[in-house]
Amino acid sequence: MLRLPPFAYWSPRSLTEAAQMMAAHGPDAMYVAGGTDLYPNMKRRQFEPKHLIGLRRVPELNEFSAEHGRGFRIGAGLTLTQVASHPLIRQVHPALATAAALVSTPQLRNMGTYGGNLCLDTRCNYYNQSYFWRKSIGFCMKKDGDICLVAPGSSRCWAVSSTDTAPGTIALDASVRLVGPQGERVVPARALYRDDGMEYLAKAPDEILTEVIIPPAKGLRSVYLKLRRRGSFDFPILGVAVALRQDGDGTVRHARVVLGGVQSYPMECDDAEKMLLGQRLTPELIDAVAQAAYKPAKPLDNTDMAHGYRKKMSKIYVERALRTFLTQ
Amino acid sequence: MTNHLNVVGHPLPKVDAWDKVTGQTRFADDLVLPRTLYCKLLRSPWPHARIRGIDPHQAQALPGVFAVITGHDLPVKYGILPVSQDEEALALEKVRYVGDPVAAVAAADEQTAEEALNLIEVDYEPLPAIMSIEEALKRSDVPIHDYGDNRNVHKQVSLEFGDVDGGFAQADYVREDMFYFEGNTHLPLEQHSSMATFGPDGKLTIWSSTQTPHYLHRALEKTLGIPRAHIRVIATPNGGGFGGKSDPFNHEIIVCKLAIQTGRPVKITLTREEVFYAHRGRHPVLMWIKTGVKNDGRITAMDFKSFLDGGGYGSYGVASTYYTGALQTVTYDVPAYRFRGLRVFTNKPPCGPKRGHGTPQPRFALEVHLDKIAHDLGLDPYAMRRAHIVPDDSMTINQLHVTTNGLGQCLDAVVKASGWAEKRKPESAWRTTHTEQGEAARTLTSERGAGNATARPGAEKQPYSLPSPATRPRGIGLAGSSYISGAGLPIYWNNMPHSGVQIKIDRGGGVAVFCGSTDIGQGSDSVLAYIVAELLGIEPKDIRVITADTDLTPVDLGSYSSRVTLMTGNAAIEAATKLRKILFEVAAEKLRVPPESLSAKNRLITCEDDENRVLPFVEVVQMAEARHGTLGAVGSYTPAITHGKYKGSGVGPTPAYSYSACIAEITCDPETGEYTVDKLTLAHDTGKAINPLLVIGQVEGSAYMGLGEIMMEEQVFRKGLHKIPSMLDYKSPTTLETPEMSTILVETLDPNGPFGAKESGQGPLLPVIPAIANAIYDALGVRIDEVPATPEKILKALELKARHEEPRIGPKRIPDYAFPPPLKVPPLPLKVKEASPLVTR
Repeated sequence: MLRLPPFAYWSPRSLTEAAQMMAAHGPDAMYVAGGTDLYPNMKRRQFEPKHLIGLRRVPELNEFSAEHGRGFRIGAGLTLTQVASHPLIRQVHPALATAAALVSTPQLRNMGTYGGNLCLDTRCNYYNQSYFWRKSIGFCMKKDGDICLVAPGSSRCWAVSSTDTAPGTIALDASVRLVGPQGERVVPARALYRDDGMEYLAKAPDEILTEVIIPPAKGLRSVYLKLRRRGSFDFPILGVAVALRQDGDGTVRHARVVLGGVQSYPMECDDAEKMLLGQRLTPELIDAVAQAAYKPAKPLDNTDMAHGYRKKMSKIYVERALRTFLTQ
Repeated sequence: MTNHLNVVGHPLPKVDAWDKVTGQTRFADDLVLPRTLYCKLLRSPWPHARIRGIDPHQAQALPGVFAVITGHDLPVKYGILPVSQDEEALALEKVRYVGDPVAAVAAADEQTAEEALNLIEVDYEPLPAIMSIEEALKRSDVPIHDYGDNRNVHKQVSLEFGDVDGGFAQADYVREDMFYFEGNTHLPLEQHSSMATFGPDGKLTIWSSTQTPHYLHRALEKTLGIPRAHIRVIATPNGGGFGGKSDPFNHEIIVCKLAIQTGRPVKITLTREEVFYAHRGRHPVLMWIKTGVKNDGRITAMDFKSFLDGGGYGSYGVASTYYTGALQTVTYDVPAYRFRGLRVFTNKPPCGPKRGHGTPQPRFALEVHLDKIAHDLGLDPYAMRRAHIVPDDSMTINQLHVTTNGLGQCLDAVVKASGWAEKRKPESAWRTTHTEQGEAARTLTSERGAGNATARPGAEKQPYSLPSPATRPRGIGLAGSSYISGAGLPIYWNNMPHSGVQIKIDRGGGVAVFCGSTDIGQGSDSVLAYIVAELLGIEPKDIRVITADTDLTPVDLGSYSSRVTLMTGNAAIEAATKLRKILFEVAAEKLRVPPESLSAKNRLITCEDDENRVLPFVEVVQMAEARHGTLGAVGSYTPAITHGKYKGSGVGPTPAYSYSACIAEITCDPETGEYTVDKLTLAHDTGKAINPLLVIGQVEGSAYMGLGEIMMEEQVFRKGLHKIPSMLDYKSPTTLETPEMSTILVETLDPNGPFGAKESGQGPLLPVIPAIANAIYDALGVRIDEVPATPEKILKALELKARHEEPRIGPKRIPDYAFPPPLKVPPLPLKVKEASPLVTR
């Protein structure tokens, strides 16, 4: 059977202790939370850390707070099941609760964390393969090689952002707190991601994503739709998060349209957002907005389902996401 | 015998149920012996290459490594079919697919073995890779093997039965179609696993997750040069097989060789990825079919061509090729039939038998083709089929003897149960009614399926279902099919029984049943217990079933071709009847009644005329042992098959054909091409259900597997490699995609079956695939003449339809291959003399 490579597992009880352990082991070490992304990747030798610093017992990561008028602070260590089933999150930010509920399987949602899903490694079906397979086809630049197999001749990696929760988190204008040896910083969730399949996070390896800060909803309503082949297990090959704030007469005052699974980063559709502002939703407007959102989507032939189909679906899914606001 | 049954026909638990549900069953990977070494295989990274040299020295020197072997250590070729002995346990001169093993290591642990693999130097000379049927036929300059019927053609068949041209001349309507069925794999939950030991006495033992211990026994004798008398093969309970564990495998031979070399137990468990390379699954098949019919749908002639993509080795491929042309004739009457088929070698893992072996592909083609003909002629697809069913006790034009045919009853049953007649109408209210259940299951993004939407307590209406398009067309489709209850002939020519059963009775009343059959989850151990319990009048619990051990059990050929219930069942009846006769004689004497008046049930032997004359089973056993000595008996079964005498007539005959029908109801999303299968109504002619619960399980399990094939499963390749060799990326449906199923069992009491039983493990898969394809047409007016029928293809077909082009996705041509002139087989007289008389229903 496929075995994990040997490694030492450290179990810090505080962020400070975690940082000390990371400093002690340097580049040979990695943080791990639920492990549902990292361990399979280690079995396939995408990562070969000698030391894993487990974050499961760090209490600061497992807090949730909701203060009136101050939004939510969601600990990055909360499991996806906890996020998906939290009554407040479900009620106020259905896009996030839905996204968490649609990750993989119930078992993996019980282990996988919100923070881990936000930091999910980008995926590519030339990359998420065993060492033997990758060696046979010729290693790609994301691990052990220097070429891109999905876009030969490309100087960059096109692995796909496959996190379910990121599009919703971005659409809610959330921020994330990063704690590292140099101190801590709070950055907008959208700034956590980079348009690069390899260096896909603007987070240093020795920084810990500790919490997600979601501003007060103030009438913001949101929805998340996911395309995948099966009703469970599968990563999104398209995720659409839409968040709108509308006046009493339906005029859109604030809009976010974020697509996952179509680029190496969660793609915010600025044009689509601009088209919505100051308008009331009509079938014609929805059609035009979907058209604008779908244009920059750039799925390639490196996930499940044909990329031409996924491109077409991004239009349909944006349309349908917007249509839910007509009936709400 | 069938007057009143106390065990047979009742929904009893499986004899191994308790072990399975409490986790006590010991599968091959659960076995550990002291000093066990672990084996890993070095596999080819090239789809096609010559091996210039292998240097194992560095690997041998690694601490913890006990042995490294290459093809030179196992030079004898083998293969499941005598005509295709083309495999080497470790490739000697050439590798033929990515994953073909070239060297093996035995080490103290798996990690060391893995490290050792990286130290083995192999010098390859890459050759062009042949990755498709077209390429194989075109590139005759790149032969994958140096044998076969033509360059890269492993097998070609060309047969003609009756007056085909004359039949077409008589037709009122002739239609031609082309179809493609993509390859897919078995995906058993248990990966292949084997452990071997070689004792100081020179005897070899292997425990292996195999469906065919007897054929493995033979292959080990051949490749290792050890007499079979010194080899013991024990098939462990299989965690699913579906045909994927029916070949003798390289890893089985290799662990034996390593055990011999090291003198220690050697074990291997394949990784999931390696199971995709071991494969032997569904052949990709390209098909062409032409049928002539009268205006009422009666077939006058049929012409069929199939092109199979066989992968790198022969496996069961010769049989698979024949099977793509054999069973078209046993469902609806075909008076004249021509079949031409070929199997090519390609540089992919070898294809072989998967549930339905070679017949689901042509059945898909035939049933969709007939659906099109019905629409062309304005006929009800049900009525058209129903009117032309092959009658009981008849001989088909290709000389297959149909003893009993329950297809008509199956079709009637599914039509009635599903409300076919009403739902089929274009104006039917059903087409626009969407039940809440359908609502939940409507979209693939839903977390709930129709089957369990109501069953899950507390499930709320999900907020995240994909919102509806303006219309959601529903469709209903129907198909029928047939399969064999065991191949009429064994894999290798011999005139010995196909199955043997030995029964021993302990003087305490315990009964041990020994048989070479292998329980792969289908319940064959249970069937043995039920039949013996029935005949001896005891409880299944009183019986210990010992199976699949070549040292202990009489030969049974294996769990393939749906043969086990029928063949071991008949052998068990013979053995148990012998013992019952002895027991009844002794009891009759004691009770002073004639033996014919006795019956056995509830652990008693009772006079039916006077219930006060009764003896406990155990007492009679003791009396019989005192009289006759140790109580034991054997039974064996050899099919009495009247098959044709032409070359190729060995594939297709069976003691009894099973029949199945399916009606599928689906809901489509025309904007995404996605569809939900809302319901499958299934009927299966199983002859007699030895245990109806197990039969329903087999029917529904088959239907689930067929659902996966039509909806999503694909064993596909890119740049010479398997594209998705993992359980995450090789998409197989989950419970959420699995619809509500309603299953009806039809019992035709076949004269050749034990208690009338036929198979149920494979046949019910077949009609599901075309029924869903036909439902897609009914819903959307587009034809997906390919398996799988994915949302991408449906959307493309809808786009074609919108542009007023032919709304069809499917092959547009077949290779221009010059088949040899067909062997013309004259028709036989309709009635078969040798056929046993039918039992009264």
